[in-house]
Amino acid sequence: MLGKLSWSDIPIDVPILVGTFAGAAIAGLAVLGLITYYGKWGYLWKEWFTSVDHKRLGVMYIVLALVALFRGFADAIMMRSQLALAYAGNPGYLPPHHYDQIFSAHGTIMIFFMAMAFMTGLMNVIVPLQIGARDVAFPFLNSLSFWMTTISFVLINVSLFIGEFSQCGWLAYPPLSEQQFSPGVGVDYYIWAVQLSGVGTLLTGVNFFTTIVKMRAPGMTYMKMPVFTWTIFCTSVLIMLSFPILTVALGLLGLDRYLGMHFFTNDGGGNQMLYLSVIWGWGHPEVYILVLPAFGAFSEITQTFSRKPLFGYNTMVYATCSIMVLSMVVWLHHFFTMGAGANVNTFFGVMTMIIAIPTGVKIFNWLFTMYKGRVEFHATMYWVIGFMITFTIGGMTGVMLAIPAADFVLHNSLFVIAHFHNVIIGGVYFGYVAAMNFWFPKAFGFKLNEAWGKRAFWLWFVGFYFAFMPLYVLGFEGMTRRMNHYDNPEWYPWLLVAEAGAVMIALGIVCQLTQLYVSIRDRNLAENRDLTGDPWNARTLEWSTSSPPPFYNFAVVPAVHDLDAFAHNKEAGIDTRAAGSNYQPIHMPKNTAAGFSIGVFSLILGFAAVWWIWWLAAVGLIGVIATVIARSSNNDVDYYVPASEVARIENEHTRNLLAAQAAE
Amino acid sequence: MAHDMTADAAHAHDEHHESPVVFGFWLYLMTDCIIFGTLFAVFSVLRNQFAGGPTGKDVFELGGVGIETAILLLSSITYGFGMISAHQNKLGALRGWLGITFLLGLGFLFMEIREFSHMIAEGNGPDRSAFLSAFFTLVGTHGLHVTCGLLWMAVLIVQTGGQTVLSERMTNKLTCLSLFWHFLDIVWICVFTFVYLMSVI
Repeated sequence: MLGKLSWSDIPIDVPILVGTFAGAAIAGLAVLGLITYYGKWGYLWKEWFTSVDHKRLGVMYIVLALVALFRGFADAIMMRSQLALAYAGNPGYLPPHHYDQIFSAHGTIMIFFMAMAFMTGLMNVIVPLQIGARDVAFPFLNSLSFWMTTISFVLINVSLFIGEFSQCGWLAYPPLSEQQFSPGVGVDYYIWAVQLSGVGTLLTGVNFFTTIVKMRAPGMTYMKMPVFTWTIFCTSVLIMLSFPILTVALGLLGLDRYLGMHFFTNDGGGNQMLYLSVIWGWGHPEVYILVLPAFGAFSEITQTFSRKPLFGYNTMVYATCSIMVLSMVVWLHHFFTMGAGANVNTFFGVMTMIIAIPTGVKIFNWLFTMYKGRVEFHATMYWVIGFMITFTIGGMTGVMLAIPAADFVLHNSLFVIAHFHNVIIGGVYFGYVAAMNFWFPKAFGFKLNEAWGKRAFWLWFVGFYFAFMPLYVLGFEGMTRRMNHYDNPEWYPWLLVAEAGAVMIALGIVCQLTQLYVSIRDRNLAENRDLTGDPWNARTLEWSTSSPPPFYNFAVVPAVHDLDAFAHNKEAGIDTRAAGSNYQPIHMPKNTAAGFSIGVFSLILGFAAVWWIWWLAAVGLIGVIATVIARSSNNDVDYYVPASEVARIENEHTRNLLAAQAAE
Repeated sequence: MAHDMTADAAHAHDEHHESPVVFGFWLYLMTDCIIFGTLFAVFSVLRNQFAGGPTGKDVFELGGVGIETAILLLSSITYGFGMISAHQNKLGALRGWLGITFLLGLGFLFMEIREFSHMIAEGNGPDRSAFLSAFFTLVGTHGLHVTCGLLWMAVLIVQTGGQTVLSERMTNKLTCLSLFWHFLDIVWICVFTFVYLMSVI
C-alpha cells in the first residue's frame, strides 16, 4: 500500500533534522497563520498562484530562489563548521552518512533551485519589457514552468524529513549512485526532483526563444536588441540544446535503478564513463546558461551608471554568441583524468582556453564603458566592480585547470571547489544580486536601500575571499573534496579561515534580508518611490513604462529606431507613451489554475515514484494528463482589456509623472 | 453590448500576429530530437556489450519489424490526407483520416509490445545486458512517443466533433500533431536502419 515507505523512514533519531523540522514547521505555520489572519488566500490564489503575468511569475521565481539560497547556505555553513571541527581524531558533529547528504543537497539546490530560479525570475521580469512585448509567447507554459520548478524544490525538501537525500554528490556519479551501492531512496529523490524541474526549465527555454524571435517591438532588429535580451536569447538556445541531454542521463540512471538495466552498472556491460560524458554534455553548457544572463545584467548596469552607451555593443554580442557555441565543445575538461588520451584531452583543453578570449573581450568592454564615463558608485555598481575583480581571478584558475597536465594534479581537490565557487559566486551570484538591486524598482515601484546594499556587498565580497582563497591553498596541499574529517595539521588553520569567511557571508545574507525589510518599511518615503518609471536615467525600453508596469506593460507598443531605444527617445524628446492618444483594446491571456494543478499532480507522481507507491503514482500521472486535456479543451483563455480601462491606468501614470516633475 | 462591439472591432483591426504556436512546437521537436540523438549515441556505445547474452542477430525478427515500419509510414500518409481535408474544411473526412491514422498507430504499438513481451518472456529483457537495455530504452522511448501521439489524436478527434469550421487554435493543434507524427516517422526510420538493420547485417 505504501511501497517502501514506513515509520522508520522518519528520522526522529537525528536531532539536527528534528530541530530543522520543528523550525521549518513553526515558520511554515506562522506564515500560513498570517496569510489566514489577514484573509489573503483569495488574493494569493487569484493574483499570484494562478497568474500568467510574466512579472508576477518572475517575482515568485526570485522568492523561490531566495528561499533556496537560505536552504543551500545552511548546508554550506554546516559543512564548513564540520571541517573546522573534525580534525585530529575529533569526528565533528556530522556523521559521514549525514554529511554526504548535505554536500549533495547543497550543490543540487544551489544550481537547480537558487541559481536557475533566480536567472529565470530575472528573465521573466525583464525580457518582455525590454523588447516592448506585452507578455511572453506562451503565458500558460510560463506558469507551468514555475510550478514545476517549485514542486521540485518542495520534493527535495521533503527528503529532509521523510527518508533521506542522495549521498552521491550533486551529479550522482554511478556506480555509487546505482541500486547496488545506494539502495535507499536518496538518489531517487534527486532524480525525480531534477527531472521534474528540468521540464520547467526546458519549457522556459522554448518560451523565451520564441518570445524574443517573434515578439520584439516593431523596428527592433537583432542588432538593436539590448544586451541582456541577447544573453537570454543565447541562454535559451543552450537550455534547449542541453537540458534534453540531462533528461536522458538521469532517465537512464533511473532505469538502472528501477528496472535493473545496465547502462552504468559494474556488471552486464554497463559503462560509467558514458554517464560522465552525457551528464557533462549538459553540465558544462549549464554554467554558461547561468553566467550569460549575469553578463547581460552587468552590461546594462555598467552603461547606466557610467552615463555612457556600452562600449563595443557588437563585440559584446559576438562574444556572447561565441561563448554559446564554445560552451558545447568543452565538456570533457571535467574528466581529463578519465583516460581519453593525450590528443582528445588537448583538443578540449585548447577549446576551454579559447573561451577565455570572448570572456576577456567582455571584461575589457565593461572597463572601457567605465573609462571616461561619469561612474556613479551606486550599491548596484559595487557588485559589478566586485564581480570584475573576482571573476577575473576565477577565470584564470579556470585556465589553469584547462591544462590537462595541471588537472591531473588538481582534479577532485579543493582547488576545483575554489575555482567554481569563484566563478559562480563572483560571476553568477554577484550578477543576479546586482540585477535585483537594479531592476527592483521596476518590479515594485520603490528602490532598495543603498546603505544596507553596500554592507551586504562588503560582507559578501570580503567573506568570499576568506571562504574560498584558503581552498586554493588546500587544493595545492592535496586536500580532496567531499572529505568528512582529516588528520593533516597543515590544513587546519586554512579551514578555520574558510569558516570565518562563511560566517561573514552569513552576515552578508542577513544584511540582504535587512535591506529588503528596510526598503519595504520605507517604501513610501519620497526619495524611495519611483514615480517616473525611470529612476536611474537608464537606456532600455523597460524603463519607459511605469514602475511597477501595468499588467499589459505598454499601452502603445513602442516603435524602435535605434539601439538603446529609450535613451534615443529621451535625447530626441519623443514621448513613447503617446499620452492621451486613442488607446486600443488590448488582447491579454486569462489567469489559469492549470499550471498549479499540473505541478501538484507532478509532485504526487514524483513522491509516489520515489517510494514505489505505484497506485499513487498512477493518480499523479492521470491527474497531469487530465489537466492537460481539460486545459486543451478550454477555449475561454483570453480577453480584451477595454480601451477606457487602458486610458484610466495610463492617465493615472501621467498624473504621477507630472507630480514627480513638479516635485523636482 | 457596446463593450463587446469595441472588442470585436478591435479584433478585426488588430495587427494580425502570426500565432507563435507552430514555431514553438518546432523548437520543442528539436529538443526532442536531441533526446533521441543522445539515446542513439548511447546505443552506439553499448551496442556490442552483450554480457554473454544474445546479439541483435539472435533476437530481432526483421519480418515483423518491416511490417511495423510499413504501418507507421502508411499512417504518416493518412495523416497527410487528413491535413489536406482540414485545409479544405472537410471535417468529416478529417476525422475519418485521423481515425484511420489512429488505428494504424495502434497496430504499430501492438506489434511493438508483442515483440517486447516475446523477448522478455525468453529471458532477453532489458536487464539482461547493456545492449538490450539500450535497445529497449531507445525503441521504448519511441513507442512512448507514439502512445502520447495516439492519446493526443484521440483528444483532437473528440474536440473537432460538433465543429463546422476549424478555429485557428484547432488548426494549430492539428498542425503540431502532424509535425509530431511525421517526426516520429523519421525517428523510426533511423531506428530501423541503425538498430535493426545494422545489428542483423
